[in-house]
Amino acid sequence: MTRATVIGAGVAGLCVATELVRRGHDVTVFDPAPMPGPHHCSWWAGGMLAPFCEGETAEEPVVRLGQVSADWWESQGVPVTRRGTIVVTPGRDRRELDRFARRTRGHSLLDAGALAALEPDLAGRFDRALHVGEEAHLDPRAALRHLRTRLETDGVRFVAEQGRADGLTFDCRGLAARDALPALRGVKGEMAVLHAPDIRLTRPVRLLHPRFPLYAVPRADGHVMLGATQIESDDRRRRVRSVLELLSAAYALHPAFGEAELVEIGVDARPAFPDNLPRLIRRGDTIHVNGLFRHGFLLAPALARMAAELAFDGCKPEFYHEDHG
Amino acid sequence: MRVYETEIASRLMLGTAQYPSPATLAEAFRRSGAGIATVSVRREAGGERAGAAFWDLVRELGVTVLPNTAGCHSVREAVTTAQMARELFDTAWIKLEVIGHADTLQPDPFGLVEAARILTEDGFQVFPYTTEDVVLAERLLQAGCEVLMPWGAPIGTGLGLTNIYGLRTLRAQFPDVPMVVDAGLGLPSQATMAMEMGFDAVLLNTAVAKAGDPAAMAEGFARAVEAGRLAFEADPMEPRDMAAPSTPVIGKAFLS
Repeated sequence: MTRATVIGAGVAGLCVATELVRRGHDVTVFDPAPMPGPHHCSWWAGGMLAPFCEGETAEEPVVRLGQVSADWWESQGVPVTRRGTIVVTPGRDRRELDRFARRTRGHSLLDAGALAALEPDLAGRFDRALHVGEEAHLDPRAALRHLRTRLETDGVRFVAEQGRADGLTFDCRGLAARDALPALRGVKGEMAVLHAPDIRLTRPVRLLHPRFPLYAVPRADGHVMLGATQIESDDRRRRVRSVLELLSAAYALHPAFGEAELVEIGVDARPAFPDNLPRLIRRGDTIHVNGLFRHGFLLAPALARMAAELAFDGCKPEFYHEDHG
Repeated sequence: MRVYETEIASRLMLGTAQYPSPATLAEAFRRSGAGIATVSVRREAGGERAGAAFWDLVRELGVTVLPNTAGCHSVREAVTTAQMARELFDTAWIKLEVIGHADTLQPDPFGLVEAARILTEDGFQVFPYTTEDVVLAERLLQAGCEVLMPWGAPIGTGLGLTNIYGLRTLRAQFPDVPMVVDAGLGLPSQATMAMEMGFDAVLLNTAVAKAGDPAAMAEGFARAVEAGRLAFEADPMEPRDMAAPSTPVIGKAFLS
């Protein structure tokens, strides 16, 4: 049984630890937090497993590797809802939907009736929509808690103080690893959680808008998570303007959101490399697993597998990045 | 083209917002040969140095940075943003945007002139984002601007040159003022048209950043700008109604 250390217990660290345990390694995880929480970037995630929609702007590996994520999370015992994604656009920006359809795949076009059949609460609001059938979503906070609890059950030690690393170290600190990885930058994202019992969505809905794009992801007990801002900054303050935009876009999606209770406003900066693709970087006994950008839950499973392959199988997987400094 | 005592080699200027990734942005600049990058200071900033990582990537493009006041809706906001930009990028250049209408993002002509005057007196070299209005242009020049950036169409619409008569008039009224058609271009052919009309350069962002292949579109625009400029310099023929065959007819048999 080889010893291995993981630094960071966000989605990247927990997925790497899970992969290492599966391979029979003796794993210690360093992280100051006793449980997944607000200081992990992944705490603020949407939890959409939407590789095809992301393909609108993301590079090809995101679409391909993201397709294994729903199966992976489900195989870990995390509840995954497989009802696809709905994509809509306000009437006057209807050509946005055509552009989106051209640049993505895996979708079918719905007319108003078909949309109403899938999401009754959106009936009459949009005359057409896309349904991306093979996509899924999960509750990211529940998923993080589940992985962490299961790892502890499996004998993984979680240590708050970072001590001496044993064996190979997997550095999964996200933006905090900028001391070692200067190419990392923060891309700010704001989110809000509403309690909106008056409107029921059963799958993530993306509202395409030239200025204020939005996604709304259903959570348990009538809650909805709103997100989409993407700002080139590692500022972590919750800006009125961004929240205003999120809430206005939600109101455009359905006026019933106007009556919702504002439960939470969150913000964090996602770690990203210049190509917005994740990287595996090896330096001595340390392997950096970082740069998941807005694709933490989507790509962490594939990246964790690659990290283990790089460490123990002597291969150089897809996201292996030659270290030039 | 010469603006504020500085020779600008490339007649294509690109914005840096909305690209799928900074790597794509860099590739678009590389293929376009654009010599000037506009950078939005306000939206990305969040105060202090929060946007520093992205700005470093823009600096690494190796092109001249023209910071802008995009998203500013008042004179005060625009002036503050310009001052911040001067410190961040160590430049007196500022592309001045004072937005007057939220839906069309149309410039506020009154605020624009006032902000241009304040900034010029403060030592800035102002590139005002303006409409094709001739009177407004006159006032901006009086306020100290030595370059004008008239819109082709509202920001981000891709509609091209929506008021050709107005742009032609503006160009004709101020033949010696450098002018950059800024905003509203969606296709390279529209850039060619602007250049054929004698504008000195074009500035665009969305048309490249939101294309399926931004780098290819950037190169398309670069060639279009070059084509339009060559045509302008070549002194094009005048259109006419009477057909005039390019091959002499005399000596041929009239068979039909």
